[in-house]
Parts: sequence; structure tokens; C-alpha cells
Amino acid sequence: MGVALDDLQLTQKECHNELLEQMYNKLDDFISSLGIQKRDPFRKGHLIQVLHKAQEIFGYLPEEVQIFVAKKMNLHLSEVAGVISFYNFFTTTPKGKHQIHICLGTACFVKGAQRILEEFTEQLGIGPQEVTEDKEYSIDIVRCVGACGLAPVVTVRDRVYAKVTTGDVEKIIKECKEISSE
Amino acid sequence: MKKIKTKEDLFQLYERNKTLLALRTADERVKEDVEKAKKNKTQREILVCGDTGCASAKSKVIFNYLKKEIENRGLDDKIKVIQTGCFGLCEKGPVLMSFPEENFYVEFKPEYIKNFVEEHLINGKDLDRLYYTDPITKRKIPKRSEIPFYKKQFKIALRNVGVIDPSQLDEYIAVKGYQALAKCLSMSPMDVINIIKKSGLRGRGGGGFPTGIKWEVCNKMPGDDKFIICNADEGDPGAFMDRSILEGDPFSVLEAMAIGGYAIGANKGVIYIRAEYPSAITRLQVAIKQLRERELLGKNILGNDFSFDIELKYGAGAFVCGEETALIASVQGRRGEPTTKPPFPAEKGLWEKPTVVNNVETFANIPPIILNGPEWFASIGTEKSKGTKVFALAGKINYGGLIEVPMGTTLREIIYDIGGGLKNGKQLKAVQTGGPSGGCIPAEYIDTPITYESLTESGSMMGSGGMIVIDEDNCMVDVAKYYLEFTTHESCGKCAPCRIGTKRMPEILTQITEGYAEDDAIEKLENLGKVIKNASLCGLGQTAPNPVLSTIRFFRNEYENHIKNKKCKAGVCKNLFIYRINDNCTGCLVCFKNCPAGAIIGAPRQKHIINFEKCTKCGICFMKCRFNAIEVV
Repeated sequence: MGVALDDLQLTQKECHNELLEQMYNKLDDFISSLGIQKRDPFRKGHLIQVLHKAQEIFGYLPEEVQIFVAKKMNLHLSEVAGVISFYNFFTTTPKGKHQIHICLGTACFVKGAQRILEEFTEQLGIGPQEVTEDKEYSIDIVRCVGACGLAPVVTVRDRVYAKVTTGDVEKIIKECKEISSE
Repeated sequence: MKKIKTKEDLFQLYERNKTLLALRTADERVKEDVEKAKKNKTQREILVCGDTGCASAKSKVIFNYLKKEIENRGLDDKIKVIQTGCFGLCEKGPVLMSFPEENFYVEFKPEYIKNFVEEHLINGKDLDRLYYTDPITKRKIPKRSEIPFYKKQFKIALRNVGVIDPSQLDEYIAVKGYQALAKCLSMSPMDVINIIKKSGLRGRGGGGFPTGIKWEVCNKMPGDDKFIICNADEGDPGAFMDRSILEGDPFSVLEAMAIGGYAIGANKGVIYIRAEYPSAITRLQVAIKQLRERELLGKNILGNDFSFDIELKYGAGAFVCGEETALIASVQGRRGEPTTKPPFPAEKGLWEKPTVVNNVETFANIPPIILNGPEWFASIGTEKSKGTKVFALAGKINYGGLIEVPMGTTLREIIYDIGGGLKNGKQLKAVQTGGPSGGCIPAEYIDTPITYESLTESGSMMGSGGMIVIDEDNCMVDVAKYYLEFTTHESCGKCAPCRIGTKRMPEILTQITEGYAEDDAIEKLENLGKVIKNASLCGLGQTAPNPVLSTIRFFRNEYENHIKNKKCKAGVCKNLFIYRINDNCTGCLVCFKNCPAGAIIGAPRQKHIINFEKCTKCGICFMKCRFNAIEVV
């Protein structure tokens, strides 16, 4: 095993935070519900599903969570980390409170999504995949949300802004707070 | 709910459900009842598009409010509100339809509901503003069948999308659902494969490999453990055909997977779907649950000794996982890196067992082929490309959306007859097909019939079916750069030519768009492109240079203009153009008021001037000017 048991216990000891403990319990329950056997040769087939769940619970996948998953599924940490670094969907850094997704699919691109992105960068002072200093906003680029008829598209949580112009950017940033409190 | 244990159960249910879709489909069995309903206006159905596109424009709110409003007025026994899949005309979403009139309502808003119910549904008054407007004649067209967008379309894969409620197995049974599987189960697996071979169906995911042959190879492999996988990892930016099929008609894909499973001898199916498609995932989960409850998935399906079940696996945002060997690696929980072929997945695939991987749209074509016969399917399309193809039409077009046309239809028919021409009367420059693996077909070629071969000849490819219309305001070098930046990010890094080459190509393209490229940049790109194509293992690398090579082939002068004259005529590459105001200027002050940089100097009724030092080239003045007074030089 690539992960020392001590490491794991140490991290768990450190998390006095009740909320964090709840999160780990939730993930633990999920992994247990899959009924993975320690020596099952097919157990790795569940890894991506488990990581999806973990990211849903924690918001991102820090090393402690990776160690936890590796231990629970009897996999090497390197295998878990390798999968995380390969797929765009998984992130090892926390996101902002308000996540702004800008679609850069082809339909949005030819209709000027790049300019929308530049406007957000200008107003928030951060680039794609970055978080503002106050941890309030983060910008992410998505490749096609499949609403090409409404291009260019920006999404914040469930809200979809269609046919966005650079003039709408300020309004979208303002509305983020309202969306998050919904 | 009654289980469907035998063939007899299925046909009984088909008979019992015949009235379910009576208003929506021209079912011969209930023709009289429908006529009566039409005359007396006793029964009506309002269909609300629930596809992601329309849902983004609040169609779910409309669905809920409309239902409540009708319930509140005590009309719910007469008027049924149903949420369906995509109607196709996404550009004008949210879209609603009413039956039996077949009226088509576009750009519907939640605030219209009260008026709509009272004036239109109860008092029968026409609400003109809700109808589609013809872009040329400006006439209002209430009926869907008369809208040009739908006239040249022919639906096989999308036959039930936007017609049935995708969350109700009963509705699928009413459109002959699961009869194709029943028919197959009374034949030998080889007979099924022969039907598919005879139909000439080719893979709709990109490569165009004959589906029947793939199945045959897998069928002939020894062993009992085999797998059938549905590739729903639609990673092409600008393509959403598969998503719409899964959201609008999940049962047909699930039925086809069972047919495929029977044909190749697999009793396990896997759907590999993008995690970015939450709504399609939910629809599939709902559908699979119903099929298990009614025993159309599980042991001894329809009383035969064939057992089959389906599992969902989620992608995690990697374009390369659309390649079948990479997809299999990902299902096994590994990094999605492709492996060498042979061995092909049909020989050694998932967990080393023979595996068939087919695309969503390919599956959606299978049940009608079984029911209507291979000759019927082969009579549609061209000699080598049979049947129809679904395209996601988007970009600078008046009516974008989801369309299905017979193979051999020309680009002109798609863009002008179906799509209603370009936005704002602009000039067509090119059409991009095949996503990051495809290329740009220039405007001169729009009379070429669309087939697998003709698209490959013109340096592009069929791909999965994204079709992006590009107009004179787009810079082709910039478009090529966009695709290459995408592949740089998505190259898995296994093969050096692809990993390094797709990094160098956008670097050179950036030099071109920023105006400091060397004179031999085009030759360098061409050489590099050739090497990447020849020396990469999988489809991603072998096609990655296509967007660059095809734009160099057809738009070489545009590249040269960037490199030698340092000019971008389309007004996209910011270092290579300036905005100038010409004599068309009436001095209306619109640009002056809208300029965020305060770069326009002007007074009422006097020609304005742009201060080049302040101008950020944001393009707002260019977009706002109604007199064509702002030009790119």
C-alpha cells in the first residue's frame, strides 16, 4: 500500500471540525454502499463514481480526501491522484462561493464568448480557473452545455444566462449573491 | 403497474395504450376518435419542450405554472400538459405545441400563461405574437408542418423526440416500443446482425464504421462474457445530438442496446455518459428503473432465456474518452488513455472481454431498421451513406437547433432552407463540421451533398454532427486556433507527436494572430500537421491538425494577410486592425454613448471620430451602429 495508515489517522484526528467529520462519514457511507471487496479486481471501476461523490460532498478533492478514498478502496494514492489529474471535472483547489461558468463551446465562441470572458476577467480581476482573493467568485470555462441555440451562454448554479453581451456582465456578477441565497 | 413478462403482454399493452398518443401521432387505429375530438374540442394536449436548451430558457417554470393554471380552472380532465424532448427549433425556445391543432408557439414566457389559457385555450382566439414568423415574408405561421425549418427534415433517430413523454414507458410502448426487441428474440442473433449489415447502417459517432460488421466480429468471438457499451460521451463543443436523443427518447436507446446485446451475446450493457449532462442522466435513471420494474431489463426478457441489464457510468470531462479504447479505460476507472488497435474492442475490450461500443444515435436507428426492414433504411440516403444524420445546427444562423436530414442533403439546403439563412443578412464564409477533428468547408462548396466520403474529401469529416455556421465576421485563423487550443488541453499526452505538436501549433497560430509570425509559419504548420496525423495512435491525434490544415487549404490568403500584411480583415485579431468611422456616419451619438472606454469623440449630427489610443477594440460601436459607419481596417 502506498498510503501509510498513520497518515490517515492523523488527518482524521485533525478534523475536530464536526462538519468535516460529517462529510467524511457521508463519503464513507457511500463507498460502503457500493459493496466493494478489498481484493475485487473490478473495484477500480467504481473509482470515478466515488470521486464524483467526494467532490460533490467536499467541493474539491484535497490530498486528505484522496488518501481517504485510496485507503477505503484499497488502491494506491498514485492511482487515485492520477485519475484526478487526468479529468477536467475534478479539481484539487477550492472554488469561490459563486462559481461563474462561461461556455466556450464552438457556437458560443463564434458568437463572441471570448469577449464575455475578457469582460469577466476585467471586472473580477481573475482569469479562468482562478478564485478572487476574498474567495467570493471563481471563473470556470466549460466546453458546451448543449444550449447552443442560446449562445453565448453563462451559467451560475442552475441559472442560465442566454445570449449574453458584455453589457450583461456587471448584472450577472451582482445577481450571483441572490442566486446563491436561493 | 403490470409487468411485461411475455410477447403477448407487450402487444396487449400496445393495444391498450393506443389512445395515449392519439392526438399526437397519426395512428390509424384511433383515427375516428381523433376526428371526433378535433370537432368537439373535447381533448387537448399541450406539449412543453423540456430539453436542456429550452429548460435554460425557463421551460420548466412554464410547464409547472401552466399545469397549475389549468388545474386551478378545473380544466385538467380536458387539457393535458406534457413535458417532452426537443422540438428542434432551439433558437426560438422555449417552444410549446398544442394538439390536435399542431399549433407551434415560440419564445414563450411565463408571464404569457394567464393570457394563453384564457384567450387562446378557452376562448379560441389566435395569439399571433406567439407564432413563428417567417424571416423573409414576415408572415406568421401557426402550424409546425408549414414551417420551413421542418419541411426538408426526415426523422428516424429523432422519431419520438418531442413527441412522447420520455419519462413514461407506456408512451414508448404505444409507439411500437420494444416490438423490435420482441421480433429479434424470435430470430437467431446472426439473423439480427444480417439485417443490420444489409441496412448499411454506419457508426454515427464519427468514424462511420459499419455497425453490422462490428457486431459480427464480436458475435464470432468465443466466450460468454461480453459487453455492449453506449458511447454518450459527447465531448464535441457545439454538438448536442446525443444529449437530445437521451433526454427525449431514452427508451429507444435502451431497447437498441438490448437488441445489440442479444446479437453479440452480451448480457451486460454500459452507458458511458458525460457528467455535464445531468438532465440526460436523470432521464436514463428513470427509464432504467421503469424497465427493471416491468421486467424489460433483467432475467428472461419477454419470456425468452435472454437476460440483460444496463449500468450507467459517468465521464469526468475528457474529450479523448469519446475514443473507444480510452472510453473503456475510463469505465475501468483508469486515466482515459487510448490503447493500440488491434486488438479491437470487439476482440478484447472491457475487462479484456469482447466489447462493442456504439454511439447513441447509431443505437437510436436500430429499432426502426428492425421493424421496417433493412431495405426501407437502405432506400434512404446515398449509395454508401445510408439513412439520415442528426445535426446540431448552430453559429451565425437564423434558426439553429436540432435537425435530421437524409444523407446526401446539401449544405445549402440545410443552411438556407432549414436554417433560414445567416443572421443579419451576413455573408456565409464557411461551415465547420466534425468539431475539433473536422474542418471548415468554404462557402463555394455548399452544394456538395453530405455523405461520409464527401466531407472527408473536403478535408473535414462527418464527426458526431456538430455544424457551426461561420460568417464574414469570423477570422479563420482564430477559429483554427480555437480548435487547436481545445486539443492541446484534451490531448492525453501518451504520444509525443500529439502532445508536443498540439502545443506548438497553437503557439504558431498565436504568433500569426498577434502579428509577429515568421514568414514560413504556414509551411511549419503544414509540416507539423502531417507529422501529428501520421504518428499519433488514436483518432484524436490523427485528426487534431484538421481544423488548421483545412483552413490553410481554403483560406490561405487570410493566413497570408495576417502574416505579411499584418491585417485581420474580419476584425477579430486585436493587434491587426483598427476601427474607423466612415462617411455613413449620421452623428446619431449611439456609439458615443455606448463606448465603455470613452474613445469616441462626437457631437450631434456631426461625423464622429475614434481615438485610437483609447479604443480597446471591444466592438460595441461596431455592433450598435445602424448605418454601417464603423469599419474594420
